Amino acid sequence: MTTTLTATTTRPEDRFLHAFEAYAGEVLNGTSEHLATLRRKAIERFGVLGFPGRKSEAWKYTPIAKVLQHPYRIDPMPTVPALTEQTLAGYAIPELDAYRVVLVNGRFVPELSTTSDLPEGVVLTGLEAAARRHADLFEKYFAHYLDFENEPFLALNTAFARDGFFLYVPEGTVLERPVHVLHLIDTDEELFLQPRNVVVAAPGASLKLVTSGHSRTAQRTFTNGVTEVFAGQGAEVHQYDLRLEGEAASGIFSTQAYLEGGACYTNGTLTLGGALVRNNVSVRFDDQEGEAHLYGFFLGRGSMHIDNHTMIDHAVPNCVSNELYKGILDDEATGVFNGKVLVRPHAQQTNAYQSNKSIVLTREARMYSKPELEIYADDVRCTHGAAIGQLDEDGIFYLRTRGLTLQKARAMMLLAFARDVLDQITVEPLRAYLDELVAGRFGA
Amino acid sequence: MALLEIRNLHARVEEKEILKGVNLTVNAGEVHAIMGPNGSGKSTLASVLAGREDYEVTEGEVLYDGKNLLEMEPDERAREGVFLAFQYPVELPGVNMATFLREALKAIREHRGLPPLSPAEFMKLLKEKAALVGLDPSLKQRSVNEGFSGGEKKRSEIFQLAMLEPRLAILDETDSGLDIDALRAVADGVNKLRSPDRAFVIITHYQRLLNYIVPDYVHVMVDGRIVRSGDKSLALELEEKGYDWIKEEVGLVA
Repeated sequence: MTTTLTATTTRPEDRFLHAFEAYAGEVLNGTSEHLATLRRKAIERFGVLGFPGRKSEAWKYTPIAKVLQHPYRIDPMPTVPALTEQTLAGYAIPELDAYRVVLVNGRFVPELSTTSDLPEGVVLTGLEAAARRHADLFEKYFAHYLDFENEPFLALNTAFARDGFFLYVPEGTVLERPVHVLHLIDTDEELFLQPRNVVVAAPGASLKLVTSGHSRTAQRTFTNGVTEVFAGQGAEVHQYDLRLEGEAASGIFSTQAYLEGGACYTNGTLTLGGALVRNNVSVRFDDQEGEAHLYGFFLGRGSMHIDNHTMIDHAVPNCVSNELYKGILDDEATGVFNGKVLVRPHAQQTNAYQSNKSIVLTREARMYSKPELEIYADDVRCTHGAAIGQLDEDGIFYLRTRGLTLQKARAMMLLAFARDVLDQITVEPLRAYLDELVAGRFGA
Repeated sequence: MALLEIRNLHARVEEKEILKGVNLTVNAGEVHAIMGPNGSGKSTLASVLAGREDYEVTEGEVLYDGKNLLEMEPDERAREGVFLAFQYPVELPGVNMATFLREALKAIREHRGLPPLSPAEFMKLLKEKAALVGLDPSLKQRSVNEGFSGGEKKRSEIFQLAMLEPRLAILDETDSGLDIDALRAVADGVNKLRSPDRAFVIITHYQRLLNYIVPDYVHVMVDGRIVRSGDKSLALELEEKGYDWIKEEVGLVA
């Protein structure tokens, strides 16, 4: 009787706390005292914070507690099935000439990754390998700027992080070819995955990164992924995150970027797949003249739930942030946008722009948009706008009177709606691929 | 067989009856002008022929090339050769002009059993037709009608007409808001497109356009009906006397 009670009243948090104790010292041994200390600190914070409750404002429209009730299998070192080159070809982005990193179930697969011919000093490998072979770099950047003290999912990921990818571009180096990271979920278990990625552009360095997530399973999975980005003085980072997982894959994907003076950061979060997807993108300016461009596009169908949260912390003067998120919601899909911009008291001469526009195609689809500006400085320029609407019927009629079918006219209008955000993608093959994916979704 | 045969057409928007029994026969090769005061139903007729869903046809029929036009979807009508030059062309930000026309032409050619044009052939055609109405061919890089001036929008409609080569072209107040140069350019374009197997229905409030495009027939529409038909001299008479005398004659004004 007592055991039954325990089983049904176990909080999901306890399952993670128990799992941590079970794995600590073995799988989660870490390679250094540094990491072991961090893990311990992180799990303690997680224990204190717990998962967000039903009343959490940040999770108001996203029923995360319900999803986390599911007894996913917590395994920091899940098995990696063998994949052929032919299988991988199916996930390639046409015409994209890039260094390729393959992660399967969050684990780096060196034999499928093509990271030769990297410029001198560039490190592109798995997180675990980096911790072993580049301990100095790893310890310098891992969890250094990450706010895991206040965010339960970041704390949880930090406690369990075992693998992922690690990219380091040294001072002044321009990585000409983009990096394409393929995240594949391939399992016959209901896995809870926690990949951890670290991206560092040292001062004056420049890189372009494309990650794409895919699932090769009908098993219900959850990913709590975290990517830390560090852009040194004057560095340039272009990061595009493409979600193409199937309808059984849910997850929270958190990206935290830390920008030194004069650094320029572009983030494109493109969600076209998944069941429940929460994207958290946050940017913190460390010094003046920083620039952050956050672009988002999401396309919900079926019963998908896509939640985009952004947070830009203007902690210092003279920085620019520019944010454009657009989405299309079909069937019974739900979209959420919450864009927070914080301009702290000393952050004078801040320019912050934010816009969120969505099209809702059916009566059943939903969109919640919430701009959240907190401005404590007086000499700033900040604008925001949010619009939720339907497809322009006059436009569709116009196109049809020129011979285009209803389906084609709709597709053309939807692609036109997405145009200004898709055109911001600076990796041309990725931009063309997105065009094709979006047009394809609407049968054009 | 007439190209277009409108018989006793009644149409309403919401509860308001606008067309109250229109009869009109248009043969291939002919140019018909439909004139009339504001609110007489001219633009409604154009919209009903193009297939706009806001209007409900309550009575009558429209035969296009012997087929029931009213049963066709708007895009089907276009592929069958019906073209409407809009009074207020819609701006479509993000829809590239060249891409849009390539798709439209492809759909229409396919319907006619013709293969799509090669990119080079398409660009050649586009330049040629743009020149016909004095449009800058760099418009191909622009979004459809976005940021076009009033005159450019109307020229662009005739340019599209030239590209798509319809059998029945309906021009809805194409002359409104045009300065004299644009009016001439549009009229020149239309005149060059006149042919024995193409008909035009030109809807206009003023006689002005008909100095440049000389119609074979002029019809006067008042209160949802065509109340008088004649040759081009009827347009001149209207210009001179206004519409009130006709209203009086048909008993609409006491």
